[in-house]
Parts: sequence; C-alpha cells; structure tokens
Amino acid sequence: MPKVLRVVDRRRCIGCLSCRQACARLRGDYSPSNAALDVKTAGGMSGEFIITICMSCEDPACMEACKFGALTKRNGGGVVFHKDKCTKCGACARACSVSAIRMDKEGYPIICTHCGYCTRYCPHRCIATKEV
Amino acid sequence: MLHKDFIRVLYIDLTNEEYRFEERRDLFKYLGGTGVAAKLLEENIKPELDPLDPAQPIIFANGPLSFVMPVCTKVVATFYSPHTREYGESHAGGRLAMAMRFNNIDAIVITGRAKHPEYLVIDDKVLFKDARAMWGLSVEDTGKILRQHTSGSGIRSSMRIGRSGENLVSYAGVNVDTYRHFGRLGLGAVFGSKLLKGIVIIGDEPVKIPKENMKKYREVYDSIYDTVTKTDVMEKYHAVGTSINVLPLNEMNSLPSLNLQTTRYEHAENISGERFAKEVLVRKVACSGCQIGCIHIGQFRREFDDGYEYETVNVSYDHELVFALGSFVGLKNPEEVLQLIDVVEREGLDAISTGVALGWATEAYKRGIITIDDTLMPFEFGVLQNYMAAVHYIATGKNEFYKSLGKGVDFASKKYGGQDFACHLGGNEMPGYHTGYGSIVGFSVGSRHSHLDNAGYSIDQARTKEEDIVKKIFEEELERNILTSLVICLFARKVYNRDTIIKALDAVGITLTNSELTEIAKEILRTKYRIKEKLGYSLDQIKIPKRFFKTITLNGKLDEEKANNMVKEYKAMIDELMK
Ligand code: SF4
Ligand code: SF4
Ligand code: SF4
Ligand code: SF4
Repeated sequence: MPKVLRVVDRRRCIGCLSCRQACARLRGDYSPSNAALDVKTAGGMSGEFIITICMSCEDPACMEACKFGALTKRNGGGVVFHKDKCTKCGACARACSVSAIRMDKEGYPIICTHCGYCTRYCPHRCIATKEV
Repeated sequence: MLHKDFIRVLYIDLTNEEYRFEERRDLFKYLGGTGVAAKLLEENIKPELDPLDPAQPIIFANGPLSFVMPVCTKVVATFYSPHTREYGESHAGGRLAMAMRFNNIDAIVITGRAKHPEYLVIDDKVLFKDARAMWGLSVEDTGKILRQHTSGSGIRSSMRIGRSGENLVSYAGVNVDTYRHFGRLGLGAVFGSKLLKGIVIIGDEPVKIPKENMKKYREVYDSIYDTVTKTDVMEKYHAVGTSINVLPLNEMNSLPSLNLQTTRYEHAENISGERFAKEVLVRKVACSGCQIGCIHIGQFRREFDDGYEYETVNVSYDHELVFALGSFVGLKNPEEVLQLIDVVEREGLDAISTGVALGWATEAYKRGIITIDDTLMPFEFGVLQNYMAAVHYIATGKNEFYKSLGKGVDFASKKYGGQDFACHLGGNEMPGYHTGYGSIVGFSVGSRHSHLDNAGYSIDQARTKEEDIVKKIFEEELERNILTSLVICLFARKVYNRDTIIKALDAVGITLTNSELTEIAKEILRTKYRIKEKLGYSLDQIKIPKRFFKTITLNGKLDEEKANNMVKEYKAMIDELMK
C-alpha cells in the first residue's frame, strides 16, 4: 500500500523545525530552507503554527503546470520529480494552491516524496504517514 | 564554524554604515558562544570609556553545534554592562542561532552609533534602515513592523528594544522573536545608546552536509534526539514548565517573596505552575531546533478602553517571571502576574531586575525612605495597578526617583538608603531562589551574576556539605563554559555530558579530547576574568546585603561570615586559575 504524508494535529506543533531539518538532512543539507515541508507562524511567534505539506493530490495542479514532463503522477497521490527533465521554470510552485512547493537555491523545486522520514522526528506527533 | 577551521565574524560599523567579514582562524579554539564572544569582547572593549560610549562593542556568537544538533539553540551576547559596569553577558534562544547559522555568520561585532534611529536587516547584505518612525514604539509594535517589512518568515530572527532601551535604563533587555530575551545586564541600553532599534537576520542559505560525515552525523543526531525526547527533560520542561518549581521551592523555604522578607509565600498555591496551566496556559512553543518546547504562553484579556473594549494578549511566563513579577511583589493570581509581565515586555525591561526593583521600592516606601513625592503614588505589595504605572515610569525615566530605580536597586539604595534590603548580588538583582550558601555565593561570584552561571541553587538542593559548596560552584562554572560555547540550551545540560559533546563535535568535523575541552573551559573563564580586571572589578568588592542573612533558606539561616569566607575561597581558586 502506498503511503502519504498527513498533518494529524497542528495544534500540538511547537515550531521546533525538527521535521524540516529531517527532510533537509535527507537531501544532504543542514538548512531547514532546504525541506519539502514548511512550518510557519501566522504573524510572528505569537500566532498559530501552520504546517504546509504536499497534499498528495489525485489530480495535481503542479503536474498540470509542468510543460516539460518533469513531474509525473505518483501512486497514492502527489507527483514524482524527474530532475533531468526540469528546466527550473517554477511553474509548478506557482500552480500549487497551498504553496507546498518551494524552490531550492539551485532553482529546482523541492518535491515531497512522501517517504515519511520527517514524521519520525516530530516530537509531538503532529505529522504522520497514512496508507491510502 | 561547521566543517571549517575558522570563525566567520561580521563586523558592523553603525557610524559609517559599513560592514565587512573576517575569517578568524585564531578564534576557532574558543569554539563559539561564550568563548568566542568573550574573546571578541576582550579585543574590542574600551575600558577607559563609559559602557554606553558609541565605541563600545556589542558581540553575538552562536556555536559549532547550533541548530545542527538537538537543543543547541542559544546565542551568547557580550558587552560592557551598563548595569553592573563590568563584564556583561546574556543568552537568548528563539530563532537567532539558526538564522545566524544559515546566513553563514558565526559571530557579529557591532560598534559605533547610527546617525538617527536605525534597524539592521542582515540578509545577503547588511542594510541600514531608517527606524525614526519606530522610536518610542513598544517591543510588540516594533516586532510587527519588522515582520511586515522583511522576508523569510519561519527562518528569520528579529531582535528589538522597547522604550526602556531607548531611554538607557540599565536593565533594559533585547527581545528576540517575541518570547525569548537577552534579558540581563542591560544589552537593551547598549542598543539604545547606538540608536539601534532592532536587527533582523534571515537564514535561508543551504549548508551542505559533507558526504563522508553523513552517516556519523545521522547516528549521533538520532541518539541525542532519542535521549532528549525519551528522558524526563521533556516531562519536566514541556508539561508544566519551569514554573513547576514554584511550589516545591516554597515548601523548602526558598521562594523569594515580598522583597525577600520571606521565602514562604502565602499565595504560592495561587501562582503555582499548575495553577497557571489550568487557568491561563494556551500554547507551548520551542526555540528552533529544540524538541522540548519549554516556552509556555499564557493568555489574558486586556481592557484597552472603557465601554467593554478588550483584546486578548499572549505572554510567555516561566519560573523567574512568576517569582519576580509575582511572589516578590505580592501578586496573587496568574492573571495579575500576566498583566504585569505584559507591561514589562512591552517596555522591553529585564523582568527579574524590574520585579526586584519594585519589591525594594515598596519596602523603602513603607519604611519612609522614599515618599510619594518620589514614587508619585503609594506602593503596596499586591497592588497591581500602581506597579503597572511604575513600570512605565521606570522605562521613561519619569522623574529623578524613577531614573535612579532604572539603574537598579544597588544604585537606588546607595542614593536613597535601604541597602540592607536591596536584593542584588554583585550589582545584579537576585533570581528566584534563596536556597542557601550555594545560591547567594554562586550568584555573587558567577561571572555574570546569573543563576545560570553555576546553578548554586541546585547545589543547595542536593544538600551538598558546606565545605564542598565552593568547589562545586567552581567546577560547574567551568563546565558551563563548554556548554555555553557550543551553544547548548542549559535545559539539555544533562543530555550533553562530555562523552556526548565529544561525539557531537566529531560528527561535525571537530576533534577534541576531554582534557582539551577542560583546557578550553579554563581559558574562557580566564578571558572573562581578564576583562573584569581591565574594568576594575574584583571579587573582593562583593558585599552581600543583610537581607540575605535575615531570611531563612532551605538550609536554614545563613551566616554572613561563612558566606564571605566562601567568596574568599572562590577568589583563591580564581587567583590560582589566573596564574
Ligand atoms: S520547475 Fe521543473 S518541475 Fe516545476 S514546472 Fe518547471 S520544469 Fe516542471
Ligand atoms: S515525507 Fe519525506 S520528502 Fe516529504 S516532507 Fe517528509 S521527509 Fe520530506
Ligand atoms: S517537528 Fe512537529 S512540532 Fe516540530 S515543527 Fe515539525 S510539526 Fe511542529
Ligand atoms: S528548552 Fe526551552 S529555551 Fe531551551 S531550547 Fe528548548 S524551547 Fe528553547
């Protein structure tokens, strides 16, 4: 069964960024800016945390926006990224209505693979993978 | 710095609006944090000039493990303290350590004075921005403006001062990311003296993990992560938070209350951590890179006008705040304490010093040492409204008296009298523990007169034999120089024993042995004492106010002579170290 990443309860989030750090680590980087998910507050630290992840769409807008075949449908939802075909145009990031795609410093989109690695590092069980 | 053999220092000159980077190999042996910041202070301080002279430096340093290892979240600031007029050091968490890391900055040295109020934005460049319109604004309002005008939400850090810093109150702090502070010893006044309203740092640069380190890094990270999340630190600091200490301390006759007239507070139950949790706690948050999340946020309704005009306000609280702005001034419930915290936060004052100053002023007023001509209103323990007004008066230097109170209880009591009950140690207002010789001697001799220097209060709670106390204080002070150089949050100190530290450093490419670390710790402490000496400070000057000996502690009433001998014993150990 394929799995997808889900936000279970964002109210428990403490904004520690361990999840972003984990995803970046998987990509060989220390920097949370290099992660496929995002944790932000609405209006500084006094606002609530918002966890932005790839929603594993059945009918992905990002894929639709990509004119170069660099994104293909992933079994279970979401997309698979083919770096060799990517022209760094950024159309996918603009098309995602929840802004789940950010571009890395080299200009490539950071696409969630729904691997679930980040969920192992959330100390407060805010995110998890779910079989679909 | 990570996987490099130098410290990358950003030098900023506010007078000429210039900046430059230097890669300092020679600083590498000081690790980071307190080590690097103390060394840079030693190089840049001007002992012959006033602490608030434009030429004096402000230094910040993070450490080699910042953000990349769990709970390595703090940044150390050093400066010439306008409060104690000696070595100034303060620590803050939030997102600052991370933002510096991913802007490739290990340390910052700021000198000079801006031509008019300014704030700095440190991104790819350093921008000197006009802050004239923000001068006079609260910490909260300034924070909102800084957020609106900079990018990098989630990975930026924002520091700012309130009116107290602008007005050079000697215990004005610097707010970091709303809920953390460089609270103690007056960094806010140093900002104010430079017309520096705030600093925003954006940390969005990638930093590659070298392939050959990856396996080791993941292993070490995982094992530390597991210890942090599976041991009782989480329970202790995340659940109720540090204010869980209020009741036990009270039970042990150790909770400083009513200007330390007592250490057993009759309303302790009503301002306990458990009571806060039940009545006002709404959220918990963490510094970036910390799984514990000790920051507890309480909520209350603020009436901003007649006619049922309310807003909801979130403020963070912890043990120190509940003591200083609670038991020390006789407040009786969480809501009242939060209201007082809120005004202190908005003005950007150090909460501990403010509470202790209000406590002293109340007793001085009762005894007729100061009168209503000074205070402009009666002071009474437990009367919130007047305290709230007094906080604004301190921040703005309303009259001669409030200007003096804004220089701390040591200064004010020298001027007006009441030195016996001015609760400071080494010129810095006391923290929330009156446990025994460990606490009063520990705070007195600590290099920044903070409870976090050597944790004398926990030495007392462990019921250490009297003859061992000073040795323990010295050892802890030394060891903490390593922790605060890396820069590990002290709440994770038990996780980071020497073994773990060595492994963690090795995982980021720094090989050090146990004895090398001990040597580094000694050199850092020596550096601090060299600075103190240059500034004319000596442990001989320590004079512990009488009140500390009148009020009972966990270890009974303390004897003045014994305490003084302990200070002497500590001084002998420092003299030995300096040889
Ligand atoms: S950035 Fe790459 S993946 Fe995204 S739309 Fe353009 S080509 Fe496709
Ligand atoms: S599921 Fe994998 S790719 Fe997606 S955010 Fe988590 S770690 Fe990153
Ligand atoms: S790891 Fe969990 S608690 Fe921490 S920021 Fe991510 S979602 Fe929030
Ligand atoms: S324990 Fe608290 S202060 Fe320490 S790093 Fe975590 S959240 Fe920050």
